[in-house]
Amino acid sequence: MVTADMAISAARDPRSVAETVTDPELPALTLADLGVLRDVRVHEGTVVVDITPTYSGCPAMGVMRADLLHALHSAGFDDVEVRTVLSPAWSTDWISEEGRRKLATAGIAPPGKAPVRTAGPVPLQLGPSRRTAACPLCGSPDTEELSEFGATACKALRRCRSCREPFEHVKEI
Amino acid sequence: MHEETVYDALTNAHDDAGHWAFGTGFDDPLAGVDTTVPDGVDPADLGAYCLMLGDDALVLAQRLTQWITAAPELEEEVAIGNTGLDLLGQARLLLARAGSVGVLGRSRSRATESIPDEDALAYFRDADEFRSTGLVEAENGDFGQTMVRLFVASTVRLAVFARLRDSRDPVLAAIAAKGVHELAYHRDHAARWVLRLGDGTPESHRRAQAGVDAVWPHLADLFTATDVESRLAAGGVAVDPADVRAEVRDVLTTVLERATLRVPEWPADAPPRGRTGEHGPERTGLLEGLQGLAREHPAATW
Repeated sequence: MVTADMAISAARDPRSVAETVTDPELPALTLADLGVLRDVRVHEGTVVVDITPTYSGCPAMGVMRADLLHALHSAGFDDVEVRTVLSPAWSTDWISEEGRRKLATAGIAPPGKAPVRTAGPVPLQLGPSRRTAACPLCGSPDTEELSEFGATACKALRRCRSCREPFEHVKEI
Repeated sequence: MHEETVYDALTNAHDDAGHWAFGTGFDDPLAGVDTTVPDGVDPADLGAYCLMLGDDALVLAQRLTQWITAAPELEEEVAIGNTGLDLLGQARLLLARAGSVGVLGRSRSRATESIPDEDALAYFRDADEFRSTGLVEAENGDFGQTMVRLFVASTVRLAVFARLRDSRDPVLAAIAAKGVHELAYHRDHAARWVLRLGDGTPESHRRAQAGVDAVWPHLADLFTATDVESRLAAGGVAVDPADVRAEVRDVLTTVLERATLRVPEWPADAPPRGRTGEHGPERTGLLEGLQGLAREHPAATW
């Protein structure tokens, strides 16, 4: 189906098209907000898009690839290649400021600073939880972790002690 | 453009093809990654090593999956499922790496052509072609034993992966750098359970101690390098497992002592078993569950 929008979008550059594609599991955010979209370039007439997985087992990679191809094909770019980039590894520090703002608006607490990974042994963290997050609904800093793992690999589940609402938290990795 | 559902997106992307029903069904997980083998590295060795690391993750993921619908609480079921998913992702990348250097064993001739290498390796190798260790193959036991095993296995794997970040094979180094984040989270989660159970009620303590005693003998063959590992370690590609022994021992001892659990005597080093294809009946049973459906209906699509 060709629409007026698509005719206009065909004139746009491929990067701005790719940057409109949203994440299948966090649809409030684009892949660019998440830091999953690493690069968009044109090489000998082919649009080459680099994406990186958030987690090794991220089941959404295939859908991201399909969404990117679909968006770019719809915008008139016939020759598109989506490549996987593994290095440098994604961490939550790749999520943009805009992405963090959108997460909070969607009721999901954005991640804090990811733990620093240096060479050598990774120190044990035996405390109940090293993570804190303010409630995205009422803003209270008084929240507790309900589960270290949430509905998707990237999220944990917390509850606000002030307004009593449970909320999701993009965990720092 | 955003699709309404995951399924719309898939349908749009694959109008002309069904999906391989039992595997990943998507594109090559290493699409666009430079898979050139570094100078001086034997591709057969590199592939064999990727199978070792990949099989450990695949087999442990399968064991964890057996807890789905049976975990003691909903949150823990989600935790176990997520941990298994991370490991499955690591397995997929590593088996794809093995496939990219041509190490496919008998699997390729059994699997139909449309099945990606990593799925062919997962579903169409026999037990004697797997290179996983007895530690990850052993039965789950109760929840306490499962958490002790997950703690021990993630501690060993994290120590190996932390070093592999400097591997001369850039693909292996990238997979390891990614895996370190995940494995640290798994290890710490399991370690907190060991603390809670060990330093909990008399019953939880008893079960956690029984778990430790059941898991401990599997440490014996983990730190003896195979010839493949020795050659690759000398070339800066792999980690000699003997190099992580002290660190693993230190982490395990620290946590068990804090959990008020008795640390059993460290077993004497034994020659590698699982890494060279030797396996017990538990591997065969495990693979029947993993592979049965895919073999019954080869190339089935949905």
